[in-house]
Amino acid sequence: MQWEVVIGLEIHTQLTTQSKIFSGSATTFGSEPNTQASLVDLGMPGTLPVLNKEAVQMAVKFGLAIDAEIGQHNVFARKNYFYPDLPKGYQISQMELPIVGKGHLDITLEDGTIKRIGVTRAHLEEDAGKSLHEDYSGMTGIDLNRAGTPLLEIVSEPDMRSAKEAVAYVKAMHALVRYLGICDGNMAEGSLRCDCNVSIRPKGQVEFGTRCEIKNVNSFRFIEKAINSEIQRQIDLIEDGGKVIQQTRLYDPNTNETRAMRSKEEANDYRYFPDPDLLPVIIEDSFLEQTRATLPELPPQKRERFQSQFGLSLYDASVLASSREQAEYFEQVVGIVGDAKLAANWVMVELGSLLNKTNSDMTKPPISAEQLGGMLLRIVDKTISGKIAKEILEAMLAGECVEIGIGSADEIIEQRGLKQVTDSGAIESILDDMLAANAEQVEQYRAADEAKRGKMFGFFVGQAMKASRGKANPGQVNELLKRKLEG
Amino acid sequence: MALDRSDVEKIAHLARLGLNDADIPRTTEALNSILGLVDQMQAVDTAGIEPLAHPLEASQRLREDVVSEANHRDSYQAIAPAVEDGLYLVPKVID
Amino acid sequence: MHQMTLAEIARGLADKKFSSEELTRTLLARIAQLDPQVNSFISVTEDLAITQAQAADARRAAGENGALLGAPLAHKDLFCTKGIRTSCASKMLDNFKAPYDATVVAKLAAAGTVTLGKTNMDEFAMGSANESSHYGAVKNPWNLEHVPGGSSGGSAAAVAARLLPAATGTDTGGSIRQPAALTNLTGLKPTYGRVSRWGMIAYASSLDQAGPMARTAEDCALLLQGMAGFDINDSTSIDEPVPDYSASLNDSLQGLRIGVPKEYFSAGLDPRIADLVMASVEELKKLGAVVNEVSLPNLQHAIPAYYVIAPAEASSNLSRFDGVRFGYRCEDPKDLTDLYKRSRGEGFGPEVQRRIMVGAYALSAGYYDAYYLQAQKIRRLIKNDFMNAFKDVDVILGPTTPNPAWKIGAKNADPISAYLEDFYTITANLAGLPGLSMPAGFADGLPVGVQLLAPYFEEGRLLNVAHQYQLVTDWHTRSPAGF
Repeated sequence: MQWEVVIGLEIHTQLTTQSKIFSGSATTFGSEPNTQASLVDLGMPGTLPVLNKEAVQMAVKFGLAIDAEIGQHNVFARKNYFYPDLPKGYQISQMELPIVGKGHLDITLEDGTIKRIGVTRAHLEEDAGKSLHEDYSGMTGIDLNRAGTPLLEIVSEPDMRSAKEAVAYVKAMHALVRYLGICDGNMAEGSLRCDCNVSIRPKGQVEFGTRCEIKNVNSFRFIEKAINSEIQRQIDLIEDGGKVIQQTRLYDPNTNETRAMRSKEEANDYRYFPDPDLLPVIIEDSFLEQTRATLPELPPQKRERFQSQFGLSLYDASVLASSREQAEYFEQVVGIVGDAKLAANWVMVELGSLLNKTNSDMTKPPISAEQLGGMLLRIVDKTISGKIAKEILEAMLAGECVEIGIGSADEIIEQRGLKQVTDSGAIESILDDMLAANAEQVEQYRAADEAKRGKMFGFFVGQAMKASRGKANPGQVNELLKRKLEG
Repeated sequence: MALDRSDVEKIAHLARLGLNDADIPRTTEALNSILGLVDQMQAVDTAGIEPLAHPLEASQRLREDVVSEANHRDSYQAIAPAVEDGLYLVPKVID
Repeated sequence: MHQMTLAEIARGLADKKFSSEELTRTLLARIAQLDPQVNSFISVTEDLAITQAQAADARRAAGENGALLGAPLAHKDLFCTKGIRTSCASKMLDNFKAPYDATVVAKLAAAGTVTLGKTNMDEFAMGSANESSHYGAVKNPWNLEHVPGGSSGGSAAAVAARLLPAATGTDTGGSIRQPAALTNLTGLKPTYGRVSRWGMIAYASSLDQAGPMARTAEDCALLLQGMAGFDINDSTSIDEPVPDYSASLNDSLQGLRIGVPKEYFSAGLDPRIADLVMASVEELKKLGAVVNEVSLPNLQHAIPAYYVIAPAEASSNLSRFDGVRFGYRCEDPKDLTDLYKRSRGEGFGPEVQRRIMVGAYALSAGYYDAYYLQAQKIRRLIKNDFMNAFKDVDVILGPTTPNPAWKIGAKNADPISAYLEDFYTITANLAGLPGLSMPAGFADGLPVGVQLLAPYFEEGRLLNVAHQYQLVTDWHTRSPAGF
């Protein structure tokens, strides 16, 4: 049987407000337990919520960015259930009238095509606290610092057809919320969490299969692995004659398996109703326009501009535009060096591999755009070759001349004597020495036919560059060498 | 539609209220009599009427995003049934 | 001294006839002596009272002269008072020392009032007889075998027994006006949003409103002045200026248009009360008022709608009482569900549990539209009825309750029979309107109240009408025998 996979995602993004959504407590991560839990956050009797304006503005920003309808009359509702990390016995959320309605987000697939993923809705809600399961005399400890942190829950349509598409969507969403400055995207700290709804159906069938929800997956890699393992579980189950039961499951990265959650075993009846402590939120047109004015250039516009302004390929443009930091870095480098294709290549390939090597990302690039741009200038004016440039990059990484900024490449070139040799007299003398040391090969070359000479020529170039410690201008080496060997 | 014993047990569980077995018949009877009273409402024609959640129909005021709360953990936890290392304690929770 | 009203106390203190501390000590002694008969206090805060009285006297000596400076009062035990037990008359909160003050408490304290204690009430304000308190039933000073009404029954009984001149109450379906009527007091439920709900432990959030209970309209004006006003901590609080309620007390009633809805005179109304209501209309006519006919066609649907909305909100509001962060926790819970079920099952009394279950059911999957949504639509119909009526009249007048105070225990067998006592009062909560009950006579020695309703924010008009009525009648001056 051919199976088709159907995936929909719920992404919870913690908004980067200073204070909580309904109280004046700080939202700082990692504080001592319960030191950021106010009367409101603790659900003390008699306390009441007051809505944070910044959270509303951030949600509206997001809605505008995904081209969604904004709920100009949106309502908070109570979702009622008992859990120790939920102090009031209900979560203030939005049900029937969310702040963000239908919208969409485009993702770039591996083959370079663009796929549009529907966003059903996004709503504001408060985060719960944390249960700590370390042993407290056989009990569970509850920390309510996180309780009341504003969340924007973004619900997608079931539009994704593979784990890879799901990851591409989460990455695009991750990039977007960071572009907008509404979420720090720190998945390790839980700032962006993902619930994956996964089902399968025989290829060609219109109705959806029964879905399972994998809760709280918190890295791109785990999202892909969790979905794939869940897909396999469902296929195995059905092909063995079983049936998928609608369930909430947890992914265990150690076993690479999902398992049913005990605490979600019974069906919940959340008894949603409008929160009588809060009034309807009215988004005026003026508020909408003010917010629209604060929107930065977003990935799709940026991608198009990179293509038209710099003549980059669709692929290069969309990779560079995919994160705000990378796009800004790239534009800074172009500003210095002028040559956009050269800049794109170095940012994507060489800087990319440096990031991997140093296990860092574009929020903390190991080499500044000024340093890279300054160095590329020297490639353009032929002071150095590409190979030497890589050596300079290594030196920069090691911290050499970092404080000099844009001039640091020049300093390294100077101190290490890496300036390219373009004086043809000097190159000729290097070549003469090299050819004399390889007299046997010279004779073989001259005796060989055209077809074989190509490969042999490369040998002499390599020897010449080695002898010049990479500094000889490769173009000149080629030209002079050809002349001498023919001679 | 009168509630029976199992309905009442379900509702009590939803509301996390531990009922004594002996009290269930009396509770069932009381709930049915209350529901009988409120069911009179079903006869009212409310077609086209918008529900009213708040009497004054005002809109939500928004608070500036400012941290205004200090740490009062010690005084808040002084009235808690069980705490350790600043955490509230509950019987072991299994996800 | 204990017979003085707030206004008389204010004059006495201003004229230095006595100090707040002397008055406070007198009343504390009276509470110690007489309260065992009525059981109106859950906590008497003697030390706090003396400290506050001394501070008020010092402020006055320094030249301050506020109307409430040094005035003794008590708070219904659902207003949070920092460091002092705030029990809601429930075993659930018997050990709860609130970590903060309610806005009402803080505002009145800032005005210089002296808190004598926390008054008894129906558990979590659910009831109209004050029989459901964990601390025992409150008795009506007019007849100790009768209920004082509820849920602010402790505040009512304490003022009626002349243990103090005034107290705060809260009103979700009549909980200020009904006990005021049954104990010969004046009580006012303000417009929804007029008084902050911050720190007032919620029963039903969209209906709850705090207000004053005293012997006279003049005193209610003084106390409301100290309670009312916008609060940034309460999203449902209204940012409108607070008028000077005392200033309008003496406005003329010439041309005042009174409406007496014909639906008020239904089968359930005690004919003696009907007569007293009509007599009060005649008094007001003598003062220049005219009577117009009005109708409230959806009145009969108010009780069913109320008994969906209030329990639904309550079922959610009371979920926070889970034995984790404050309040009662059962012994040795064996797991989380056991912790919840036993803490709540043992901590809440039977009426509270009933209402939580009704509310949970009304909100549950498959029933929401038929119950909660339908009730909210009826709520709009009721509001519309009032909006129409107020096109033709300035105030609506009628009985506060269908019957005088009943005997303790008489309505225990059937909770519904007590619910029906809210017939006249709950519409004001559903529509959010201000309502006042004032003494209007007696039926076999038990007090009878007349209710006045007005458009939004017209508390001043209600107090004005009641004050003018009290200038020409003496029902409100009568004291129960033995107090």
